[in-house]
Amino acid sequence: MTTAAPPRTALPSVGRVCRTRAGVELKEFFRQRESVVFTLLFPVILLLGLGAVLDYDLGSGVDFPQYFMAGVITAGIVGASLQNMAIHIAGERSDGTLKALAGTPMPKSAYFVGKVAQVVAVTLATIVVLLLVGVLVFGIDLPSGSDWLTFAWVTVLGAAACTLLGIAVSSLARNSRSASATVTPIALVLEFVSGVFMPFDQVPGWLQDVAAVFPVKWLAQGLRSVFLPDSLAAREPAGSWELGTVAIVLGLWCVVGLLLCVRTFRWQDR
Amino acid sequence: MQKDHLLPTTRELAAGPGRRPTEPDPEAAISIRGLVKRYGERAAVDGLDLDIRRGEIFALLGPNGAGKTTTVEICEGYRGRDGGEVRVLGVDPAKGGRRWKADLGIVLQSGAGDSQLSVRELLTAQASYFADPRDPDEVLELVGLTEKGGARGRTLSGGQRRRLDVALGIVGRPKLLFLDEPTTGFDPEARRQFWALIRSLRELGTTMLLTTHYLDEAEELADRVGVIARGRLAEVAVPTALGGRGTAPAVVSWTEHGTRRTAETTTPTAFVTELAARFPGEVPDLAVNRPTLEDVYLTMIGDRS
Repeated sequence: MTTAAPPRTALPSVGRVCRTRAGVELKEFFRQRESVVFTLLFPVILLLGLGAVLDYDLGSGVDFPQYFMAGVITAGIVGASLQNMAIHIAGERSDGTLKALAGTPMPKSAYFVGKVAQVVAVTLATIVVLLLVGVLVFGIDLPSGSDWLTFAWVTVLGAAACTLLGIAVSSLARNSRSASATVTPIALVLEFVSGVFMPFDQVPGWLQDVAAVFPVKWLAQGLRSVFLPDSLAAREPAGSWELGTVAIVLGLWCVVGLLLCVRTFRWQDR
Repeated sequence: MQKDHLLPTTRELAAGPGRRPTEPDPEAAISIRGLVKRYGERAAVDGLDLDIRRGEIFALLGPNGAGKTTTVEICEGYRGRDGGEVRVLGVDPAKGGRRWKADLGIVLQSGAGDSQLSVRELLTAQASYFADPRDPDEVLELVGLTEKGGARGRTLSGGQRRRLDVALGIVGRPKLLFLDEPTTGFDPEARRQFWALIRSLRELGTTMLLTTHYLDEAEELADRVGVIARGRLAEVAVPTALGGRGTAPAVVSWTEHGTRRTAETTTPTAFVTELAARFPGEVPDLAVNRPTLEDVYLTMIGDRS
């Protein structure tokens, strides 16, 4: 350079860009009526609908709504993470949003931090609404003592695994519609065989084994330990809540999901 | 690197004083030497050389599949290359980091996609990624979207959306702006407004690489045009001189005794003066035409495809 270069202004810090992205992602989600209804309200409608129709006693003083809390929160977490990520990232890839972002000096990590912020906010909102409806409409018993801690780590691990898988799955779809058409049935089937909608001991044994490969089953089982009395642990396949296995399997799925993301994530359509 | 396929114009441009033509010019906005990009067996770009000076508007023309988009996307850092050297603002795009990207503005063909954010929110978010951004409100003013600042992106018309794309492209105060077919789908009035916007950006000193299918657009805006055909740069020239337009014979036409007459001449001024002497007043239906940019462009790509 022959001319004197003007002093170079520093690039914004990664933290600042992450905050911007978090704000963008929250607005993108909560301003879109379809995603709010589909992701946030669908589990609430499930709880109200099934809770009103199914009214049987599972023993130990547990009625259906009390049993279903663990299941419907599982469905809420899977919707906020796996389905939400797969569908919206596929959409952002097919409409050029990702390509445009990749052409800016935005640190790539900030995009994912923004997505995580969105998942955290939507998951929290879903859980709060479901607990409120559960308590106010069905009078369910809230967890007590150390169950809250279990609730927290199972939710965090489960949401993390499903978020990473959702980001990975988004690369398989051509656009948000095909992502929705693929991932929604898969999520529903996994939820059915994982004891989300009916007691897990009513699921045929071989289907239980299939379900045990996937994270949804372990997420639901971990949450059952939070919402059900320990006497019902006897109805689980192992006769206990297996919280150690829950942590290991969900942790493994986080690793698998992360590896898949790193290997498959694309910023533009092929 | 094999250079014998290069046309003289390109070779002259490539070789600065005291510099071998195989080395890219780090002072140029964009400098490309012997660029090769293959998709499978096919070479989409096959030994392309190009220099774009700082401060100019350069239009890249060429039919679909000629390697235009591939070349531009390699410069933008979106694609890797299989051979040759590329410097964009002195940096190899394959190694360009955040600091390098902060000096670029990219307006993609596809636009920015759907968003729930307002126009102003989108610009503010985009500005926050850059080191020295422009004020989003000033940018809105510049692209004529001030009144739409509060509107959601998807409520905009096609022309307004494209202006938003440009706003997003320039809010980072780029030294180099890529414009990929910016006016496709515009009505004539929207295109003229858009051209005025591009000219005002030029006055701010922004270098621009424009790809377009509209030859009138290239002629209107560009300081120089380059024609890509079959993965190579066929010619680079100012729009009025491309394909020997400037020195090609002019065609004079007029009506005499009720019939249309035409004549080719290399001295149209003298010819018209002579013609004027033969008529008492105006020469009926007088027209002097040179080959249009479209004529020479079609000849150029026709020769090679």
